[in-house]
Amino acid sequence: MTKDDVLSALLAVRDPEIPTISVVDMGIITNVTVHSDDNVSVCMTPTFVGCPAIDVMRSDVEQAVRELGVTTVEVSVTFDVPWTTNRLTEKGRAALLKHGLAPPEPYETLTLELDVLNNVACPYCGSRKTTLKSPFGPTLCRSLHYCNSCLQAFEGFKPI
Amino acid sequence: MNRDAMKDMLLRMADDVLILAHRHSEWTGLGPLLEEDIAFSSIAQDKLGHAQALFSILHEHFEGAEPDAMAFGRTEQLMRCCHLVELPNGEYDFSLMRHFLFDAAEYVRWTALCESSFEPLAKLALKIRGELKYHLYHAQTWVIQLGAEGSEESKARMQTALRNVWPFALGIFEVRPGDADLVSDGVFPGEDVLRERWIAFVSNVFEKAKLEIPVDASAVLGGRDGYHTEHLGPLLDEMTEVYRQDPSAQW
Repeated sequence: MTKDDVLSALLAVRDPEIPTISVVDMGIITNVTVHSDDNVSVCMTPTFVGCPAIDVMRSDVEQAVRELGVTTVEVSVTFDVPWTTNRLTEKGRAALLKHGLAPPEPYETLTLELDVLNNVACPYCGSRKTTLKSPFGPTLCRSLHYCNSCLQAFEGFKPI
Repeated sequence: MNRDAMKDMLLRMADDVLILAHRHSEWTGLGPLLEEDIAFSSIAQDKLGHAQALFSILHEHFEGAEPDAMAFGRTEQLMRCCHLVELPNGEYDFSLMRHFLFDAAEYVRWTALCESSFEPLAKLALKIRGELKYHLYHAQTWVIQLGAEGSEESKARMQTALRNVWPFALGIFEVRPGDADLVSDGVFPGEDVLRERWIAFVSNVFEKAKLEIPVDASAVLGGRDGYHTEHLGPLLDEMTEVYRQDPSAQW
C-alpha cells in the first residue's frame, strides 16, 4: 500500500454538490499517511468553514479507504492547511467547466474589490464580456454571472 | 495564557455570529431581490459555520460543551452576544447597514487574528478572512450604490439606518476585564485598537457613499455581561425550538 494507491482510490470520491470533480482534484485532501497496509490516516480541509457537504465527503473518504482492505482508517478535518481555489488541479478546473461552472482562475492575492470576479470567461462560449450579478449563488462556493456575448446567465466557482 | 479571558473572547465572537446568522436567515424567501435573498441566506450559512468552528475550539481546548449544546442549550443570561446582532431585521436598509458595520468589524478582527499567538485561532482566521471578503464586498457595494449612487430616498434611508445602527455597532468593541492579558500574550490587539481600525475602514466607505457617521454617539453595552434586549429571548425560543424537543436527536 502506498500513498498513491490511496489517492487513486480517492479519485472515485466525488463532491456531492458537483459530481464531476473528485475530492483529490478539488484539493481538499491535504495529507495521506500510510502507517501500514492496515492503517491509514487522511487529512481533509473544507472548502468553506460552513460547508454542509464535508461530513458526507468525510465518510465517503473513509469508506473508499476501507474498500482497499484497510481496517484502521482515521479521517480528520482540520484547518491546518487552509483550502483556497489555488489548490484545484488542472483536471479539477476542467471538471468544473464540464459541469457548466466557470472555473476560478489562479491568483496571487485576492483584494477586497474582488476584481477577479469581473470578466470571468463564460463556460458556454468562452467570451470575457461578462458581468458579475452576485457574489453569492446556489451553494456557498458559487457566484452568479451574465454573459453579454451569448446572453446566458451562468455560475462561477468563486476564487477564495 | 489567561484561559478565562480566552474563553470569554471566543464565546462572544461565536455568539455574535450565531445570532446574526439567525437574523440573516430570516431574510430567506423575503429578500427584496432574488439575489439578495440568496446573499443573506448564504452569508447566514457561512456565519453559522464560523460559530460552529469557534464552539469547536472552545470544546477541544477549553472544556466547552459540544457545539450544538453551546449553540442551542444556553439561556439568555449565558449568551454573550452584543445588542447589535439581536435587533430585529427591520427594513432592508437597517439589515444592510448592520451587515456592513458588523462585517467590517469581523474583517478587521479576523485579519488581526491571522497573527494570533493562539495557533488554532490563527489557522481558522486565514480561512475565515477569505470568506469575509465576499460578505464585506456584498455589503459595501450596496452601501455605496444606495448612498452616493442611489435616489434621494435610498440615500436618506441609508443615512437614517446608519444613525440608528451606529451606537449598537460601537458596542461590538466592549472591553472585557481579561483582555489586557490577551493583548500582552499576543492573542489579539485589543478591542480599542480594533475599533480604531474599523472606524478608519468604514469612514473610507462612507466617504464614497456620501453618508455621515453620527457624532457624539455612545456605545450600547451590556451584552457581554449577559444583559440583553427584549428581542433576544423570542429569538432563542424560536432558534432552539427543535433542539429542545430532543437534545440528543441525530439528523
